[in-house]
Amino acid sequence: MSDRTAGADSVLAAERVSKSFGEVPVLFSVDFDVRAGEVHALVGENGAGKSTLMKILSGLEQPTSGTLRLDGEAQALPADGKSEALGIVVIHQELNLAEHLTVSESIFLGRELSRYGFLDRKAMRTEALRILDLLHVQIDPDARIESLPVADKQMVEIAKAISRDARILVMDEPTAVLSQTESEALFEQIERLRAKGVAIVFISHKLDEVKRLADRVTVLRDGQLIATVDAADLTADAIAQMMVGRELSNLYPPKKEPDVDAPVVLSVRGLRAGKSKHDISFDLKRGEILGFSGLIGSGRTAALEAVVGLEPMFAGEVKYDGVPTRFANIKAAVQAGIVYMTKDRKGKGLLLNTGLTPNLTLLTLWDHVKGGFLNRNSEEDAMDKSVRRFDIRARDDSVNVGQLSGGNQQKLLLGKVMEANPRVIIIDEPTRGIDVGTKQQIYHIVAALAAEGASVIVISSEMQEIIGLCHRVLVMRDGRITGMLEGTEIAEGEIMRYAAGLKENEVHDRLSA
Amino acid sequence: MTVSAHEGEKPKARSRFKLDVRTLGPAAALILLCIVGFALNPAFLSEGNVINLLTRSAFIGIIAIGATFVITAGGIDLSVGSMAAVIAGVMIIAMNSAVESMGTGVPTILLGCGLSLILGIGAGWLNGVMTTRGKIEAFIVTLGTMGIYRSLVTYFANGGTLALDFDIRNTYRPVYYDSFFGLPVPVWVFAVVAIAGWVLLNRTAFGRYCMAIGSNEAVARYSAINVDRVKTMTYVIQGLCVSLATIIYVPRLGSASSTTGVLWELEAIAAVIIGGTILKGGYGRIGGTVIGALILTAIGNILNLTDIISNYLNGAMQGVIIIAAVWLQRGDFSRFRRAKK
Repeated sequence: MSDRTAGADSVLAAERVSKSFGEVPVLFSVDFDVRAGEVHALVGENGAGKSTLMKILSGLEQPTSGTLRLDGEAQALPADGKSEALGIVVIHQELNLAEHLTVSESIFLGRELSRYGFLDRKAMRTEALRILDLLHVQIDPDARIESLPVADKQMVEIAKAISRDARILVMDEPTAVLSQTESEALFEQIERLRAKGVAIVFISHKLDEVKRLADRVTVLRDGQLIATVDAADLTADAIAQMMVGRELSNLYPPKKEPDVDAPVVLSVRGLRAGKSKHDISFDLKRGEILGFSGLIGSGRTAALEAVVGLEPMFAGEVKYDGVPTRFANIKAAVQAGIVYMTKDRKGKGLLLNTGLTPNLTLLTLWDHVKGGFLNRNSEEDAMDKSVRRFDIRARDDSVNVGQLSGGNQQKLLLGKVMEANPRVIIIDEPTRGIDVGTKQQIYHIVAALAAEGASVIVISSEMQEIIGLCHRVLVMRDGRITGMLEGTEIAEGEIMRYAAGLKENEVHDRLSA
Repeated sequence: MTVSAHEGEKPKARSRFKLDVRTLGPAAALILLCIVGFALNPAFLSEGNVINLLTRSAFIGIIAIGATFVITAGGIDLSVGSMAAVIAGVMIIAMNSAVESMGTGVPTILLGCGLSLILGIGAGWLNGVMTTRGKIEAFIVTLGTMGIYRSLVTYFANGGTLALDFDIRNTYRPVYYDSFFGLPVPVWVFAVVAIAGWVLLNRTAFGRYCMAIGSNEAVARYSAINVDRVKTMTYVIQGLCVSLATIIYVPRLGSASSTTGVLWELEAIAAVIIGGTILKGGYGRIGGTVIGALILTAIGNILNLTDIISNYLNGAMQGVIIIAAVWLQRGDFSRFRRAKK
């Protein structure tokens, strides 16, 4: 535990800061400070209070008690993002970009350059281009935000912060939606900013990044400060253990391979979907966990959304239990026992301004209709069961889903698709933006489902997750499957080679073998 | 370290009857309005006036119940006033021309009513299909059909008034003017539509789907909901409600002209919003809509009964109430208070 908090050299410090929402305390007397020229990582499970602390540090929330010191002087930060004027810039996890503006308009939003009272578009465009170049990203400054992939939007946010000459930069999970290369470019920028003397608060669930970037690490758990330590003194494993407060020896459950003669449940041949010009073929066996690895944008989501009827399928054949099938829409797939769990839980998975129960039963509402009317008791029974089975934690039943932590939202979403009693479960990014403890729970649930005879497809950009969880791995690149790995072949280097296009094997031969 | 109390607790027992501020607010406003009305003129709460108020609120109320579905599912229908006018016009033309072959009895009126239902459902379906299949924004589609219907009724009436045959009018008259167990027929229709609407919105999968779509269309699509069909159905329900309102409206005046139903769409939307339904969708309250319709009618009624404010300012009063209602419903004054501090 560090007792150097609020040292003379700290730019921004929180002393004994507490915060309650109504009667619910979320932060208990936490000390935190960040110095010029350091990266201070803030880690903790979902619901540990990281976001609240971040909001207090940036003035978006006022502490219930405690003091904030900016350059050593106690002061209340102005609300409503006005603290940007004090040099405190926040990059939120939920991107805050106006979809209809162009990239350069977004970067200069609120502090447009002007000449003779008119907008100086040319200067803004040039400057935007310069900043984007600094970040090593190729984004057209005239492109509309809505046309960009999520990763590029994130880079625009970062460019925006850099252009603002931040003294204190708070980043909430900036790499959650970035690929490896994009993350690397971001880390370079962070290091450059650190060298320039910017104080950086870095919130992340990816402990290897924390280990790599941070000078100091502060661990929060259940709203309490567990420790602030020098990053050099800790392994990623030790940080993880401090976060959950228990041994994390078995993040991944033991693998129970499916029987060799297990029947093929889902067989896809020559599938063409999305923007891809290539065919995709694969088999999924009973009791198998099949991983789809690859870089972001490699076409995994489009392919599997087409299988379940969410996206149009331009060519190809799907056999379900050996019977040729084409699901006209997702409802047909769900009723046949195939469910798809989206990676975009806030945009496509859950109704954030609605309670837990209506969300849980929405996919299978027809199961709760009796004589034309909804049966609330049966809905509530389903909710009770899911709360127990998936350990969904909510303050009480009146909260809206949007108020739950990411981990609890994810467990609710899993509960929602499991309501359909599926035989095939397609999970897209099962643990995006959730904490280690919940990750472990989800991995164990997935393994248990497979052990009980369900078949699971896991799409994931997290290599460790694919390696730790899947029996067999397909690697996709540019809309086609470039490799298939089994058993001991499943290793990081091997997956990366296929994903990066350095290696390719004849998947189709092996499929028929 | 143990898990802290607020995370470890199991969800508490569910209370079935939650106090719903959004529904209580409009009810409180209506009661307040009644007290004000009574204080200004005790005749406001006389039996005759109350029944008159209920009857008059029936048209807007029935249409507004349809609008509650459309708005809850994230849509909007601006065409309802013109739709009512053109349906009334066609009903009158059809019934008048049926006099020779069918006489002036009940069959002719049934013919008119049947035609009204077909037209209402058809017009609603058209609005729905153009917004869903045609992928044109509901505001644009219904702005277009609003203009089309308005101009059609003017054309049918040749710029004047379409009047219902005098004998049919006598046969049809009771539908508006007669009472049934002490309440006029329109009030009964209003009540039945309201109850049916409430059940449909709150107790069926369809109602849940409307709220899901209005809340987030992508989530609805990923939840295996046939978004296009449900949205189209909300416009069909809206059309059906317009047709029912027209059926009880025609015997009131026995005529239709280019000024029939002017601004009804705004009154209907206002009733829905005053009642607590959220304009951008995802949350709908039928009970609130009924109260909203009553509030709107009561304002006009109170102005009629007193001389304090000119009756010509009816629209202004309604406007103030709408804005005040939405402002109060936001229910989140913490931000306001903090800003003051």
